[in-house]
Amino acid sequence: MLPESDKTAPSPAVTAGEDAGRRRGPWKRVFEGLIASPTAMISAGLLMLIVVATLLAPVYAKYVSGTDPFRSGLSARIKIDGKPTPVMQQSTEGLGLGVTPIGPTWGPQYLLGADGQGRDVAARMLYGGRNSLLIAGAATLICLFWAAIIGIAAGYSGGVVDGVLSNLIDMIWAFPVYLLAISLSIVMIGKSFALGPFEISSGSLIVPILIIGLVYVPYVARPIRGRVMAINQSEFVMAARGLGIRRWKILLRHILPNVSTTLIVFAPMLMALNIVTESSLSFLSVGVQPPNASWGTILQDGQTLLYSRPWVSLAPGFAIMVTVLLLNLFGDVLRDVLDPKSARGR
Amino acid sequence: MNESPETPAPILSIRDLSVSFLGARKSWNRVIGGLSFDISPGETVALVGESGSGKSVTSLSVMGLLDPATSRVEGEIRLAGYDVLKLDEAGMIRHIRGQAAAMIFQEPMTSLHPIYRVGDQIIEALTSHHALPGPEARKQAIALLERVRIPNAARRMDDYPHAFSGGMRQRVMIAMALASRPKLLIADEPTTALDVTVQGEILDLLKDLQAEYGMAMLFITHDMGVVAEMADRTVVMLRGQAVEQGATAALFASPQEPYTKALLASVPVLGSMKGEPSPLRFPLVDMATGRAGAALPLQNSPDLSAPILDVQGLVTRFDVRGGLLNRRVAQVHAVENVSFRIFPGETLSLVGESGCGKSTTGKSIIRLNDRSTGAVTMSGDELFALRPEALRQKRREIQMIPQDPLASMNPRMTVGDALVEPFTEHRLGTAAEGRAKAAILMEQVGLTRAMLERYPHEFSGGQRQRVCIARALMLDPKLIIADESVSALDVSVKAQVVNLLLDIQDRLGIAFLFISHDIAVVERVSHRIAVMYMGEIVEIGPRPEIMERPRHAYTRQLIGAVTVPDPARRHLRRNQQIKELKTPIRPLDFRPPARRYEEVSPGHLVMIET
Repeated sequence: MLPESDKTAPSPAVTAGEDAGRRRGPWKRVFEGLIASPTAMISAGLLMLIVVATLLAPVYAKYVSGTDPFRSGLSARIKIDGKPTPVMQQSTEGLGLGVTPIGPTWGPQYLLGADGQGRDVAARMLYGGRNSLLIAGAATLICLFWAAIIGIAAGYSGGVVDGVLSNLIDMIWAFPVYLLAISLSIVMIGKSFALGPFEISSGSLIVPILIIGLVYVPYVARPIRGRVMAINQSEFVMAARGLGIRRWKILLRHILPNVSTTLIVFAPMLMALNIVTESSLSFLSVGVQPPNASWGTILQDGQTLLYSRPWVSLAPGFAIMVTVLLLNLFGDVLRDVLDPKSARGR
Repeated sequence: MNESPETPAPILSIRDLSVSFLGARKSWNRVIGGLSFDISPGETVALVGESGSGKSVTSLSVMGLLDPATSRVEGEIRLAGYDVLKLDEAGMIRHIRGQAAAMIFQEPMTSLHPIYRVGDQIIEALTSHHALPGPEARKQAIALLERVRIPNAARRMDDYPHAFSGGMRQRVMIAMALASRPKLLIADEPTTALDVTVQGEILDLLKDLQAEYGMAMLFITHDMGVVAEMADRTVVMLRGQAVEQGATAALFASPQEPYTKALLASVPVLGSMKGEPSPLRFPLVDMATGRAGAALPLQNSPDLSAPILDVQGLVTRFDVRGGLLNRRVAQVHAVENVSFRIFPGETLSLVGESGCGKSTTGKSIIRLNDRSTGAVTMSGDELFALRPEALRQKRREIQMIPQDPLASMNPRMTVGDALVEPFTEHRLGTAAEGRAKAAILMEQVGLTRAMLERYPHEFSGGQRQRVCIARALMLDPKLIIADESVSALDVSVKAQVVNLLLDIQDRLGIAFLFISHDIAVVERVSHRIAVMYMGEIVEIGPRPEIMERPRHAYTRQLIGAVTVPDPARRHLRRNQQIKELKTPIRPLDFRPPARRYEEVSPGHLVMIET
């Protein structure tokens, strides 16, 4: 039992005025908590670096490597130490048949070597990362949005609405995530859809975004529903009802701000999960479609070169691992500063 | 310091104890500084003080239960010949914990392990230090349960903790503590979580056991009544320091320090209202001298022409579900046929023990649960017949002040926003007008307008309760339901908040439904009192009638169980029957018996026992 620092000795009038006007709201405390954590700052900084790097992909392709990562370069030649060297080199092993793409040059051109079609892996990594992050990020937002709506609607309304939504969630939940995602992809990819005035062309990035955004909705909606139900039973919501506040205003002003922390905690974890899911789908050829790249497709490109040119697979694998790790590290700190109780238990 | 010279070798001797905790930003905060006191064999010493004064930290240091990573303990603690601070963990287990000293805690609900049988837990305590053959251990465990007066001890050995009521669990905890025949029993607020009648039983038990075993006791409490009843000597603590210590009788008769005087003056004393016609404020205590001023009575009396609230035949039942398909299997008759009226400017108190339905009554009246039937008329409108929108508007007239002010405020809203919200919601004016009104109310409840910018967590407990009062007043209510509003506050703060409520009533003529288990406070604030038991009102009437001439057996038991801060009454025993608390769970086809009430004097109704 620690004494409260602001507790005053029993005096007839409560001490007033001291440090008045000092406004440290809950959001500001979260922000300060993040600033104070080296883990959060380092992981956020590195994540930022990755995002900026992928955004600069065209710059890299145009000015640094001077290669077109989307055109096959089977007959291309580059200069190494002033000597022109073919990108696709004659195999020296075995019977000497066929060609092997060039390995990492550690120079501006073909920094990480070429893939099976003679394309610059480093440039493709940046372009692919852009897609991977875009898909995962957009899917995260979509997932949080729908999970919030479903979870709040179910938790706050109760009754029939809750019954229908909860059962719907359970039904989606009953499918293994990848089975669901792959099934949806096979149905949707390779066709064009008309959604009112919008048309989604085959191979569009919107397809994997929608699929990945959908499959994790139950996993987030469920806890949100529980949280809403708990807050709805809390004393301050009771007090608000007793004060005669309208139902929708209670939802807006009392429940939503308190649920938002749960949503925020989910964001980085979900993002990490989505990156892995996107890569897995793309690796299985049901995510990002060629000639577009993502870390998952590059991983697949490197599959056949695993023994001769391991960097083609190692680079995207490493990128996925680092990004997911950073997101999880950041998410851990975020959770702790949003919920001081969990931090105290550590 | 009044240390008795004739006490030879103290069982516990604390010299210059300091404890610091590792706080935020790696700084050490001292919570106890320079504390010294002794306990002789067979003696009871009480540590009293308000929350945060370091009472519990002291006891935890004696048992070596503070986390060494986040706390620093300095000074000297000698317990039964051992230098506690020099012992390592193994030494503490071998010599101190459950050996020389044992401890009982505040929360009997959580200090027993829920998935082991009670008997096994006692046997574990018995055999953890001495090997005992199984049958012998069981025999001793039964003997211990009998010692703590648990009825049918042998049969109850194989029950799980959930089958025991709070008082019975506390008895089991005491039995476990006694298992090793400790020389010192540390009781940390052992009765705070219990109902008054159960508290009385436990205190009696502890007194008896102390005589039987010849133990010393370190009794930690905030309740001056309990101190007066239990302690030979008393140590008054304030912010980690002993401000005064001495023999309890002398300390109560002539306190020396202003803080002790203030503490004693703030304690509501049952029976101090004899002959007072109207509610009385607590005397204001001058902190410099500790002298109490005069207690001011209310100026205005209730307007008895027409009731502001008329409750007739209120019934609230909750379903107990279970079995196949989650069907209704029984009903909890939380509130059963409750009727009363409240007049403008009047305070009606609902008293009773936990589970008697007093809080449910308060919530049912404003329809915070939809499980009630009956007729509730509020200034002409039948609340149970109102449509949702009309009910929402009507709620303006009835406000609640909660027990836990922190939980009842949205942590993500400033106090200013929380105060203005109901004002604009009921279209009483613009946000700016609401802001101005909030500022005035903040000053009226003893806070400042600058505090409107703060968040709830930035206030102390008493200040938060003031904020809740201000929030209730934003809507100019006619009736305020105060549900255990002052129960969780420290005595001195409690007195201030009670005075504030009385001021408000005197000035604005607001009626109060004051729900509380604290009978001494109830006596102070009420015009009329209703006593509830198992969901029913057993007795209702004017405060002097109920307090001075209680007719119903339960009312008498309730009033008799209250501790009085008067050391002279120390050796009285209550000689209560030990009873298991009953809950009003009834089968679905249960028809409540028709109750009849006898009017023993004007307005004083007593339920006739059938």
